[in-house]
Amino acid sequence: MDVQMKRGLLDVCVLAAIRDEDSYGYQIIKDMKPYIELSESTLYTVLKRLEAAELLCVRTVEHSGRLRKYYRITDAGRRRIADFKMEWEEIMSIYRFVTREEAGNA
Amino acid sequence: MHKQEFLSQLQKRLSRLPQDEILERMTFYSEMIDDRMEDGLSEREAVASVGSLDQIVAQIVAEIPYGETAAKKAETKRRRSAVEIVLLVLGAPIWASLLISLLAVVLSVYLSLWSVVISLWAVFGALAGGSLAGLLAGAVLCLFRGAAFPGMALCGAGLVLAGLSILMFCACRALTWGYARLSGKLLAWIWNRCFKRRR
Repeated sequence: MDVQMKRGLLDVCVLAAIRDEDSYGYQIIKDMKPYIELSESTLYTVLKRLEAAELLCVRTVEHSGRLRKYYRITDAGRRRIADFKMEWEEIMSIYRFVTREEAGNA
Repeated sequence: MHKQEFLSQLQKRLSRLPQDEILERMTFYSEMIDDRMEDGLSEREAVASVGSLDQIVAQIVAEIPYGETAAKKAETKRRRSAVEIVLLVLGAPIWASLLISLLAVVLSVYLSLWSVVISLWAVFGALAGGSLAGLLAGAVLCLFRGAAFPGMALCGAGLVLAGLSILMFCACRALTWGYARLSGKLLAWIWNRCFKRRR
């Protein structure tokens, strides 16, 4: 897959993982596992990128005697998911067009 | 491998990154390992499931844009220690005089090359002047003094000199142009080396 495209998809996946409630690194990986395998270092990079773009914010919470970082989606992050859905409606209609052409040729 | 061992090896392997980034990544992996242990894995299993150090380091290095690492490297390179600064100041009488003399040598070589160009232009001037004088003197001899043969000879010499001076002019012009361009490039290079990088 195209690197730029994969990057965009991962960003939205991580945002979707924290859309309903705040989450932490390991939980995000576990939630995404059925859909997409994500290594720790990739997740780190994605989280840093999303934080820099202010699509999510980070807070540190004490959890059983240690610190754990929780990630919360921002309004901009929600807009990013909405944009993604609209973009993919377009892409899916293109996809249907492309596959119909193929079916016609066959 | 135990968690502490993993983290200290990671720290060692990432030592080229900025300190705050190393710390942040270590905190991140530490949390990941702790969460896995909380999920029921043993310490060794948790460390193993985070991935091998080789893979992690390779991915981290691959994900950092080249420009960023180069800039960071340059930044750390430029930072001089106090001892270096003291040595630089104390050594100033030696290295400064050497530097000045080196610059003077370079400058004199540069200027002497320009003087070659100037002297070649002087040769052109002499050739052109000689040709004009020859033609004029030849014409005067032929027309006003009735000395046809010496006059013709002088005119001929003048024409030869005129031809030579045209060739000389082309050569001088090319040489001056080339040398000026070279100087421009040299100046741009010095400018880039000394000033642009600091920004």
